Amino acid sequence: MDPMEEIRQTFFMECEELLEAMEAGLLAMSDGDDDKETVNAVFRAVHSIKGGAGAFGLEALVRFAHTFETTMDEVRSDRLTPSEEVMTVLLRSGDALSDLFIASRDGTEIEDGANAELLGELEALIGGSDASDQAEEDEPDDFVPMTISFDLDDDDDDDGDEVEEDSDDAYYITFKPHATLYQRGNEAVHLLRALSELGECEITCITSDLPELSELDVESAHLVWQAKLKSGVNERTVREVFEFVEEDCDLTISTSAPIKTKKEEEPDYDTEDVVCEEAVSPETETETETETETDPVAEAQAEPAVNAEDSVADAPCTDEKPETKPVESAATAPAAPAAPAATKKAKETGSKATVRVDLDRVDRLINLVGELVINQAMLSEGIVDSEMIQDSAVATGLEEFKQLTREIQESVMAIRAQPVKSLFQRMSRIVREASAATEKSVTLVTDGEATEVDKTVVERLADPLTHMIRNAVDHGLESTEDRAKTDKDPRGTVRLTAAHRSGRVIIEVADDGAGINRERVKQIAIDKGLIPEDLDLTNSEIDNLLFMPGFSTAKEVSDLSGRGVGMDVVKRSIQALGGKISISSNPGQGSVFSISLPLTLAVLDGMVVNVAEQTVVLPLTAIVETLKPGESDIHDVCGDAATILIRGTFVPVIDVGNRLGYREPLSSLEDSVILLVETEDGAKAALAVDAILDQRQVVIKGLENNYGHVPGIAAATILGDGRIALILDPDAIVDSMSKLNLSIDNQIQKAG
Amino acid sequence: MTLSILAVDDSRTMRDMIRLALTSEGFEVFLAEDGVDGLKMLDDLTPDVIITDINMPNLDGFGFIDGVRKDLNDRTTPILVLTTESAAELKQRARNSGASGWIVKPFEQTKLVAAIRRVAA
Repeated sequence: MDPMEEIRQTFFMECEELLEAMEAGLLAMSDGDDDKETVNAVFRAVHSIKGGAGAFGLEALVRFAHTFETTMDEVRSDRLTPSEEVMTVLLRSGDALSDLFIASRDGTEIEDGANAELLGELEALIGGSDASDQAEEDEPDDFVPMTISFDLDDDDDDDGDEVEEDSDDAYYITFKPHATLYQRGNEAVHLLRALSELGECEITCITSDLPELSELDVESAHLVWQAKLKSGVNERTVREVFEFVEEDCDLTISTSAPIKTKKEEEPDYDTEDVVCEEAVSPETETETETETETDPVAEAQAEPAVNAEDSVADAPCTDEKPETKPVESAATAPAAPAAPAATKKAKETGSKATVRVDLDRVDRLINLVGELVINQAMLSEGIVDSEMIQDSAVATGLEEFKQLTREIQESVMAIRAQPVKSLFQRMSRIVREASAATEKSVTLVTDGEATEVDKTVVERLADPLTHMIRNAVDHGLESTEDRAKTDKDPRGTVRLTAAHRSGRVIIEVADDGAGINRERVKQIAIDKGLIPEDLDLTNSEIDNLLFMPGFSTAKEVSDLSGRGVGMDVVKRSIQALGGKISISSNPGQGSVFSISLPLTLAVLDGMVVNVAEQTVVLPLTAIVETLKPGESDIHDVCGDAATILIRGTFVPVIDVGNRLGYREPLSSLEDSVILLVETEDGAKAALAVDAILDQRQVVIKGLENNYGHVPGIAAATILGDGRIALILDPDAIVDSMSKLNLSIDNQIQKAG
Repeated sequence: MTLSILAVDDSRTMRDMIRLALTSEGFEVFLAEDGVDGLKMLDDLTPDVIITDINMPNLDGFGFIDGVRKDLNDRTTPILVLTTESAAELKQRARNSGASGWIVKPFEQTKLVAAIRRVAA
C-alpha cells in the first residue's frame, strides 16, 4: 500500500479511538468530573483529530474540530464553566464531530453549512466567556488546513519558495550568538553550515572578544561570525536559517545594495547601529543596519523584527512582544531558562505497553490453534487406539500437551477480547438522541463496562443494542407527564449492564417504565393474525410475542424505533452471534431484555454424543445433567409425546435421532441416554441420544458460509479422527418442539 | 553519519508521518508516545535531535523538555517542538523550557528536514 494511504488508514483508526476517549471524557464531565486531566484528555483528543485531519486536507473536519477545540480550551483554562447547558452543547458537538469524521472517512458529501447552528452555539460559548479577546489570537476562520506534501524521491531541499528577489547580490550577515543559544541545544556551526548551503558563502570568525584562557567561561559565548553569502534566494530564506535563534543572538542581514558602492572585500559596517553595547568591541563588532522597514530599537535589543512576508504559521514569537526581552551581555552566562511548572505526577504512571497487530494475523493464529486442538484430539485418539499403557510417558506427556493447548487457546482468544466499554459509550449518544426525539428525560446507567467479549461480538452487537435502547426509551419508558402522575421519578432510567455468568456474557437493557402491557401485546398479535384469538398463553409467552416477525407495538411507526426493523431482527442478529435474548417484565416496574452471548465464536466446550450412528456435539453450557432413564421414569402423554419425570417435574423428551431425520422414532427409550438441557428462557427438555462419547473442546466451523443454515444445527466441527460432526443448537431443537406442540395445541383447539 | 532522531508524539498518525518523512531522508528514527515514554527511551538512547509534540498525556512537551534539560542535564541535544499551535505564546514557553526550535503541524517534509539540518550536523 502507498505509505501515505497507510497512514491515512492509521489516522482513521486512531480517530475512532480519540472519539471514544473524547466521548468518555465528555460523559465524565457531564457527570460532574471536574478533574483537569479529564478536560485535558478531551481537548487533546479533539486537538489530535484536528491535527491529523489537517494533514489529510479534511477541511470540514478541521474547521469544526478547531472551533470545538477552542471551546474546550476555554473550559480547560477555566474561562468557561462546564454547566449543564455548556455540556449539552459539548456533547452534541462530540456527536457532530463523530458524524463529520465518519463522513470524511467514507468520503460522503458534507453539506455546506452542516453544523452551522452548532458552530454558532460553540462560538457563542467562546465569545460568552470572559476571554473574548482569545479570538484575536485564535480566530477560528484563520485556521487554514494545509495538506502534507512528501517529496519522497527528491532529495533536493527546494521547498518551492518563490524566489522573489532573484538576484546574485550578496548578503552580509553578522551573527553573534548569545550563551542562551547554546543552552537551548542550538549550535552556531550548524546554522552557518545551513547558511553556506544556500549559495557561495565566505565566513569569517571574529575572535577579538575571546578572553584569555584563564578567564574563559566555557558557558558564555564570545565569538562573532561574519558571512558574505552570494545566493539567489530571497532574504526571507536567509532569515529562516536563523528562525529558531532570533532571540538568542544578535543578527543583521543586509543586502549588498548600499554596501556595493563601498569596497567589496571589507564590508564596511556602520558603527551607528550598535547591537550589543556591552559586549562588542567598537572596531569589529558593530553592524550595518540597512533594513529600512525594521525598527532600529528592536534591532538593538537583539530582536530583529519579523519580516512581514513570513507565513502566518511560521510567525516567530517576536511578533507579539518584541520589547520584553532585555539585552543579554555575552560576557555573563545567564542562568538556565526558567522552566514552567510541568506536571510530573504522571511520570510514575508509566505508559502501557501495547502492540498493534493486524486482525488477520490474530485470526490466522486462532485458526492455527484450532488446528492444534484438533490435532491434539487426533493424537489422543491414536494413543487410545494403540492401547498404550495409561501411565506411560507418552500418555502423561499428552495430558500436559492437552493442558498447554487449552491454555494457548484461552490466551489466543483473549487477544480478540475487547471490553464492551466502547459499545456502551455509543449507547449514551443513542439515549441522548432518543430522549430528545421523544421529549422524555432519561438517564442512562451503565455497569460492567470492563466486561470483555470477542471483538466480532462487540462490533455486531452495536445495531441490535441500539435498537433495544431506542425501544427502551421510546416504548419502555412512559412520558414524563405520565411518570409524574405515578410516584416515579419523572426522569426515566435505562440501565445497561454487562457481566460474565457461567461462561457466557450477559448484557441487559432494563428500563423502569410501565412494563409490557400484555393485554395490548396479545391483542396486537391477534389483530395481526400472528396467533389465533383463543390461544391461551403464559405471561412469558406473551412477552416473547414481541420477537415475532411482523410485530410492532407502536401505534404508528415512529421515526425513532420503528426503522423498519423489529425485535425479530434483533433476535436474529443475536442468534447469529450464538446468543439468546429473553424478556422479563413487571407491570409498573419496567422490562428487562437480557442477551446472553458466548465468550468466543471460535471454540466451545462440547459433549460428543452418538445418535443413530452419527456423532454430534452438544454445547456443554446447555446441559444441566445427564442420566440413564429407568423405564418407570418415562411417561407417554399423548401419542408420541413422551415425557420424563426428573426430580418431580415432567420434562418433554426429544428423540434427537428422529428430530434430525436420522431414523424413525424410537419405540423405547430404554437404551438411550438422556441429556437434560435448559434453554435461555428457562425451558427444560430431555434430549435422548444413544451414548456419550467424550467431553472436549471443539473448534467451531460455521455452516452458513459453506453450506447454509440448518434448523437445529449451530455449526460443525472436525473430530480427532478427521470426521465432521454437527454441533446441535439445543435451543432451536427445543424451540421447534414447542412450536410443534403449539401447532398441535392449535389443531386440538381448532378441532375441539 | 546517519542522524538519529527521537520523535515524541501521542498521535500514532503523527508518529507514522514523522517516521515516513525522516526515514525516507535516511535518518534513523525512534518513536515515543508521550513525555514519560520519551524520557524513558533517553535512558539508553542518545539521539542527535529530539522532536516533541506539546499536547500529550502523562507528561506534556514542556514537561518533557524540562526533563531532558534539567533531570537528564542534557543541554546540548537540540529539541524541536512539533505542534499545531503557531501561537507565539506557546513558542515562547517552549523556548523557555529549552527548546531549540519549532515546526508547525501539518508539516512539509522538506521543512521538517530543513529544520533538523539547522540544528544538527
